[in-house]
Amino acid sequence: MIDTRSPDSFEWRFVLVALGILAVGVISIYSVSPSPMSKGQTPLYAKQLAWILIGLVAFLAAVAIDYHSLARHAYVLYGLTLILLVLVLVMGRSSRGAQRWFAVGPLTFQPSEVAKLVLVLVLSKYFADVQRAGWIQRVIVPGLITLPGLLLILKQPDLGTAMSFTFIFVSMVLVGGLHAKALGLGVLFTSMLFPFAWELIWTSLHDYQRDRILTFWDPMTDPAGKGYHALQSRIAIGSGGLLGKGLVEATQSRLKFLPEGHTDFIFAVFAEQWGFIGVFVLFLLFAALIFLASEIAGKAKDPLGLLLAAGILSMVGFCLMVNVGMTMGIFPIVGIPLPLMSYGGTTTVTSMAALGLLLNVKRRRLTLFY
Amino acid sequence: MSRFTTQHEDFRNLQRRLLYLRTGLLFCLLLLSARLWYLQVVKGPYYRELAEQNRVRTVDLKPARGLIFDRHGELLANNVPSFNLYLTVEDIRDREGLAAALEELIGLPRAETKKRLVQQAKSYVPILLKSGLTLREAALLEGHRLELTGLRVQAESQRNYVQGPLGSHLLGYVGEVSPEQQEEPDFAGLVQGSIVGKAGVEKTYDRMLRGKPGEKTIEVDARGNERKIVAVVEQTPGDDLYLSLNLRLQRLAESLLGAESGAIVALDPRNGDVLVMASSPPYDPNVLSRGLTPALWEQIASDTRHPLTNRAVQGQYPPGSTFKIMVASAALESDKWSADTKVRCAGAFPSGKHMFKDWKKGGHGVMDLYHAIVQSCDVYFYNIGQRLGIDTIAETARRFGLGQPTGIDLPSERVGVVPSTEWKQRVRKEPWYVGETISASIGQGYITVTPLQMAVAIGAVSNGGTLHRPRLVRAVRERATGRLQEFPSVERGPVPLQEDTFHFLQDALREVVLHGTGGRARSRSISIAGKTGTAQTVGARVSQLSTDEEAIPKQFRDHAWFVAYAPAEEPQIAVAVLVENTGHGGAYAAPIAKALIEEYMKDSDVDDRHQIAGQF
Repeated sequence: MIDTRSPDSFEWRFVLVALGILAVGVISIYSVSPSPMSKGQTPLYAKQLAWILIGLVAFLAAVAIDYHSLARHAYVLYGLTLILLVLVLVMGRSSRGAQRWFAVGPLTFQPSEVAKLVLVLVLSKYFADVQRAGWIQRVIVPGLITLPGLLLILKQPDLGTAMSFTFIFVSMVLVGGLHAKALGLGVLFTSMLFPFAWELIWTSLHDYQRDRILTFWDPMTDPAGKGYHALQSRIAIGSGGLLGKGLVEATQSRLKFLPEGHTDFIFAVFAEQWGFIGVFVLFLLFAALIFLASEIAGKAKDPLGLLLAAGILSMVGFCLMVNVGMTMGIFPIVGIPLPLMSYGGTTTVTSMAALGLLLNVKRRRLTLFY
Repeated sequence: MSRFTTQHEDFRNLQRRLLYLRTGLLFCLLLLSARLWYLQVVKGPYYRELAEQNRVRTVDLKPARGLIFDRHGELLANNVPSFNLYLTVEDIRDREGLAAALEELIGLPRAETKKRLVQQAKSYVPILLKSGLTLREAALLEGHRLELTGLRVQAESQRNYVQGPLGSHLLGYVGEVSPEQQEEPDFAGLVQGSIVGKAGVEKTYDRMLRGKPGEKTIEVDARGNERKIVAVVEQTPGDDLYLSLNLRLQRLAESLLGAESGAIVALDPRNGDVLVMASSPPYDPNVLSRGLTPALWEQIASDTRHPLTNRAVQGQYPPGSTFKIMVASAALESDKWSADTKVRCAGAFPSGKHMFKDWKKGGHGVMDLYHAIVQSCDVYFYNIGQRLGIDTIAETARRFGLGQPTGIDLPSERVGVVPSTEWKQRVRKEPWYVGETISASIGQGYITVTPLQMAVAIGAVSNGGTLHRPRLVRAVRERATGRLQEFPSVERGPVPLQEDTFHFLQDALREVVLHGTGGRARSRSISIAGKTGTAQTVGARVSQLSTDEEAIPKQFRDHAWFVAYAPAEEPQIAVAVLVENTGHGGAYAAPIAKALIEEYMKDSDVDDRHQIAGQF
């Protein structure tokens, strides 16, 4: 079932907002690319442009294929994803103490990014099927669905993606229909369990992960070492001021004081260069995206569409909040990319595919009975 | 209710909950905006300042130290280019790898590198890891520059002592300013790592020699690589010093001391110019100035011969019979004694239960003051001491400048001890015993002097009673203006004795060399006057057991003294020679003084024309 209608004005708005954020990302990546590149090396911003083109294909594909047919294969897709997550632990490339990537020639592929989107799909499918069921079916079973993926991602370890995973699960359970009473009990139960769980989580964390959390509270304890990222990021953002320093004078990012300026800390780069005004405009773009996405979800023709759109919204929204929060020092530093802006193939393609799915949901809402 | 309605209600529930999600997300975005406002607008100036501190770094431009010349314009100290390896801890990425690479490339032990990394307090101040790299080492490190972040090879000037160890105690050496030194007013306000004088003239004249450091403000990237120069304040080199030292004479003096420990000071009695100041054993100031390794420091500190001590100003020795000059003066000035007073010397002098011996067995027979000086008769001076008392002797000794600083422009001058009843009560909390006066009258016991003090004193005898403050630096040339500023010679005042006393002493001292104990200083070409001395060491009692010098262990042998001046008629040089643990002054010290004086007088007439004339 290929939808052949030409896009309406809402869809154009949606696409323009997304393209706007993507463009801001490419400019920021460009600004931190070393100016005289070594011979034969493709600059990062050009690579990112290539990824966006691939992402566009994924986007169009995600618009075209009816989400109902996608949902029918949700469990198979999730199974395949789990197999990939096992494989990456066995034969993936490890870098900086984590084994997260498949390397195919010069390209790398990060299955955990895809896993987030597949989790949204499988949980939407599940909740759409078990409307009005008991709380075991509404909480425990989806929990059991989520758990294998979560554990495999924690094993890599990838704290950031694991947190996204958990958040997607929680928000899907909330939207998917947990009664207020059950919700209250759940919160109480979780908070009672928390001290024990914390002990378990804390001891299972790697040293660098603990350090990140500790230095989050006070980056000045070790400004040159573990608190370096947090501090430099704050300096970059803060020094941007109201109007920003521009591309040339943004010394924090240009002189590489800010590490990972093209990936996890791209927001700090942007904030240093464009200042509060620039970030405000960027926030407006993201707010528009959130608004349009929830609009799509609210007007979806069936629970599956609504849940799918809501899941995507929470996935993108969570990454946005945590990433920006960590660069500003109100959240510990975990490796979560900024959707549509951070450099990275898998994250860009997955994010664009997710947007495609959103549009897919929107496009099918008019054909209520087909 | 129909199934449809239920489903419809469920769907409405879903939509309602969705609203919470949207509101929650938008609320979070609002919170982030508030935080952003705080960071960028409220704290913006603060973070801008921090970013600026990140970006900009100042590099000290070390000035070249002033040059040091001898009185004839011979170069003693200059600066040579040296490749120094600096490390900025803040910029290091991989400490292990760095330490390993340094060991491989330039053979710097891993453990030492790591130790230096830990010691650093301020991580952005570069520390000097190794100085004096060879050209090959410097090139190797430059080649690996990209991998070894935090390292920088800098071409700087290194202090170089052209004459090696020659005159090392007088010149001193340089090194990084120490925390203790930074407390001193002369070195206050110097940045860590500044090169300053640590001893000798380098230290006393550091203010002039050190110059003014410049500063280069550069923009660096996160790896500490220089990107561009923001501002430069050029450094000013230090001022040049012209010493009164006579290099040729100094070289001779040091070779005359040879392997023995000791000191030689030669002054110009007309103005106090220090012509020679030798202290043995010497050290190599070039080695010390390149930064001491712990092993080397241990070696120097544990050397029982204390090579770092400048014996000329810091060595305190009993003056022995050279002190008879002061005792004789006291006698001549006193109404209790006269030059004609006769004493019969039978080789011993009883005082209380103790019997004080003369150095000559069997004694000198009947002596007057003149002959007692010439023959250095101990018994005669025991009698003077007993008659005059210690306080009269001490008072006269102080008139010659003993027990006081000479005021030489060198650090850590020692003053020795001129004992008196008051001194003993104050310092030792004991009364003075008469027997101690007997020892003191031949320059033994508590009394100690430095070779420099004796040179100043004999100079005052030779010039008829003028004490000069020894002058090491004759002039300084300011680098900024090129102006040569001369340092005037300073008289500390006359020795308040009668003119006749000086004439008597001068005649007697001339006779000492002609027909007395100083015979080995007699020269065919030049008239020398002087006085021998033999200072007993702590092991004096041991030495009394044996008459055979060679049989006494070296460290128990006496110190040999000789103080002299020449020409006797119109003195141009005053010399004090002290050789440790060799024996009698007449035998060991007198020939040294003679050789030095003869060499000096060879071209003394051209000396004044030479001077620093070329420089004026």
